[in-house]
Amino acid sequence: MQTPILILVLLGLMAFAFHLGKTRSLATVGGRTGIRQLHSLPAYYGFYTALWAGLPALLIAGVWLFFESSVITSMVVAGLPAELRDQPPAQLGLLVNDITNLANGNIVSRAVDDQLRAAADHMNALRGIGKTALTAVALCIALGAGALAWRTIGPRMRARNRVEAIVNALLIISSLIAILTTVGIVLSVLFESFQFFHKIPLTDFLFGLEWSPQIALRADQVGASGAFGAVPLFTGTLLISVIALMVAVPIGLMSAIYLADYASPRLRSYAKPVLEVLAGVPTVVYGFFAALTLAPAIRGAGEAMGLSVSSESALAAGLVMGVMIIPFVSSLSDDVINAVPQSLRDASYALGATRSETIRQVILPAALPGIMGGILLAASRAIGETMIVVMAAGLSANMTINPLDSVTTVTVQIVTLLVGDQEFDSAKTLAAFALGLLLFIVTLGLNIVALHIVRKYREQYE
Amino acid sequence: MTTAESAASEAELPVPKAGVSIGSRPLDDDFKTVGNVRVNDARMSCTDVNVFYGEKHAIKHVDLDIGKNQVIAMIGPSGCGKSTFLRCLNRMNDTIDVCRVSGAIALDGQDIYDKKLDVVPLRAQVGMVFQKPNPFPKSIYDNIAYGPRIHGLAASRVELDEIVERSLTKAGLWDEVKDRLDQPGTGLSGGQQQRLCIARTIAVEPEVILMDEPCSALDPIATAKVEELIDELRENYTIAIVTHSMQQAARVSQRTAYFHLGHLVEVGETTEIFTNPRHKLTEDYITGRFG
Ligand SMILES: Nc1ncnc2c1ncn2[C@@H]1O[C@H](COP(=O)(O)OP(=O)(O)OP(=O)(O)O)[C@@H](O)[C@H]1O
Ligand SMILES: [Mg+2]
Repeated sequence: MQTPILILVLLGLMAFAFHLGKTRSLATVGGRTGIRQLHSLPAYYGFYTALWAGLPALLIAGVWLFFESSVITSMVVAGLPAELRDQPPAQLGLLVNDITNLANGNIVSRAVDDQLRAAADHMNALRGIGKTALTAVALCIALGAGALAWRTIGPRMRARNRVEAIVNALLIISSLIAILTTVGIVLSVLFESFQFFHKIPLTDFLFGLEWSPQIALRADQVGASGAFGAVPLFTGTLLISVIALMVAVPIGLMSAIYLADYASPRLRSYAKPVLEVLAGVPTVVYGFFAALTLAPAIRGAGEAMGLSVSSESALAAGLVMGVMIIPFVSSLSDDVINAVPQSLRDASYALGATRSETIRQVILPAALPGIMGGILLAASRAIGETMIVVMAAGLSANMTINPLDSVTTVTVQIVTLLVGDQEFDSAKTLAAFALGLLLFIVTLGLNIVALHIVRKYREQYE
Repeated sequence: MTTAESAASEAELPVPKAGVSIGSRPLDDDFKTVGNVRVNDARMSCTDVNVFYGEKHAIKHVDLDIGKNQVIAMIGPSGCGKSTFLRCLNRMNDTIDVCRVSGAIALDGQDIYDKKLDVVPLRAQVGMVFQKPNPFPKSIYDNIAYGPRIHGLAASRVELDEIVERSLTKAGLWDEVKDRLDQPGTGLSGGQQQRLCIARTIAVEPEVILMDEPCSALDPIATAKVEELIDELRENYTIAIVTHSMQQAARVSQRTAYFHLGHLVEVGETTEIFTNPRHKLTEDYITGRFG
């Protein structure tokens, strides 16, 4: 049986088992009328039976599918004639590739001889056996486990607790997967970064003022002096982020105040979703808006005033990025401003305070921690943003705080380092990991501070 | 209804013997309040006040005077509109979108719902203490100083200090907090918070103080302190208090108004209402047969 069909059959079995379990639980107490004698609701007995019927079999199927190809390959290799088997691993790998291709009916890179054909047939036979065995084993397990579970059903069986234990385990496994993935990513970045720091000293990287990641491919190559000082990249990132925040914080905060305390509920119900659409615009769209519309406009305006503006400027990227992160600031601020209890507003109004006095002196101070949290989250978003900067701010690692110059950021450099053909263990490639690690540490720090502030604020009112 | 008319309608009513009351449920729309709604020296005077929350008619044709330097207690079953009526008196209902108020409410003869009237100074004149203590998440000092600061009542830090001390003393809180003025007001106990809110209200020296169940969260000792305070404040202020405690109404008020489903059923001298209620509904309520 084909694997997808097997899975469908198993799911069907589960549904059937659910029904059987439910019916049996009711039957043991003499129908609906005896339902109070059951430890759990009938549906829990159904779920219990279904889970036993489905999960073990699915698990077996999953494990087999995971190991199928390696098991079969090693068996095929073991069955090869000795003269073919005793080759260097690389040659053997090519041979196995060809056998697999032949077995799958794909194009083969060498002349097909009898030995090859025999091996391919062997492989196909093994696969067929595997499939049949899997189908038989899975169905047997499903039926067996389901039947066993079905038999244990009785009024005093604690089906609810058992089902919930299983669900609990599934939830734990899911969150473990998420956590382990994160840990894995961090560890791999960490590991590659260590390799990088073997080649380039940590202090050069952290405090070096020049960034030009060229590495000699041959000893006699010219112009191949590499410099891996991350400071210009971080100043560039900082410059653009600061410009973005200077746009987003005032606009976002003021629109949040307007929406929360001035706008009529009707206007609010329209305006808020529209504002949040800004967050849904793909960054690449912002990017070409910045590169094709805003950057030339800024350049033109600057030249009219006699300033020299590079055609890709930090200002253009920062302004557009600022627009992009407005919703982060406004939406979060709006939420925390709304969370300030009405009773505090009433208290202030009842003392004869005007609306703006109330906002300035009661609401904003009370909401400030939450607003700070929103701003920090927006900041870490700005720091991590790549696309807009790639398109609008350029690639030259200038060390400057002049917003009219072209700068580059950490994320952009990571992209350029990894695009194109490189050796995987050259300092140039590894530098990307080191940059990623540093960036990760910075945004992680920002997020931790932001979450801490937001949590503190929550405690105040809950 | 003018004073003369109400006096006339009052004269036509049969004088009930003790324990024998007039009136019946339900009250119809042209129901007339039993007792004299007018007083001689009124601070506030309400005429035909109606309040709607959307479609819901929450206050129905209420006439009522609030006498100068008097405490008037408003009693009635839950949901009858006491808070709603109280909030009309300093236009706190403006902050509720669905709420509409009609009729005339005058403070010293000036209509407070006049389009040209600025609501901000009105609220400084007519202060309010809420049912639930709602101190600002600021220091105790800043809680009290908030009102005086925004109204510019103190020319210097020294004057502000004086206002803070005076208000806290009046609210009976000074001795408890004088050493911790810089600590947050939200850190006080519930009863202390309520007295802090009272102190905050009197710091702006309003002429009328509205109190919505100010003691509902307080223990008997704190309640006694607040009641004592109300009695003292009466010398200089006019006070309207909503309460669910009949005893409290009897102890602190001179006049009592009984509300029922948006109607003002009966109003009169507190001693009269409690010893000799004239409307059946009032009698049922204060003798505990209702609510
Ligand atoms: N914001 C509002 N929106 C809609 N209806 C309201 C609102 N506030 C009050 N009401 C309604 O108006 C009526 C009067 O409410 P109000 O709060 O004045 O009662 P109350 O006499 O103060 O009651 P309690 O003694 O429980 O405080 C109630 O029926 C209530 O449901
Ligand atoms: Mg109320």
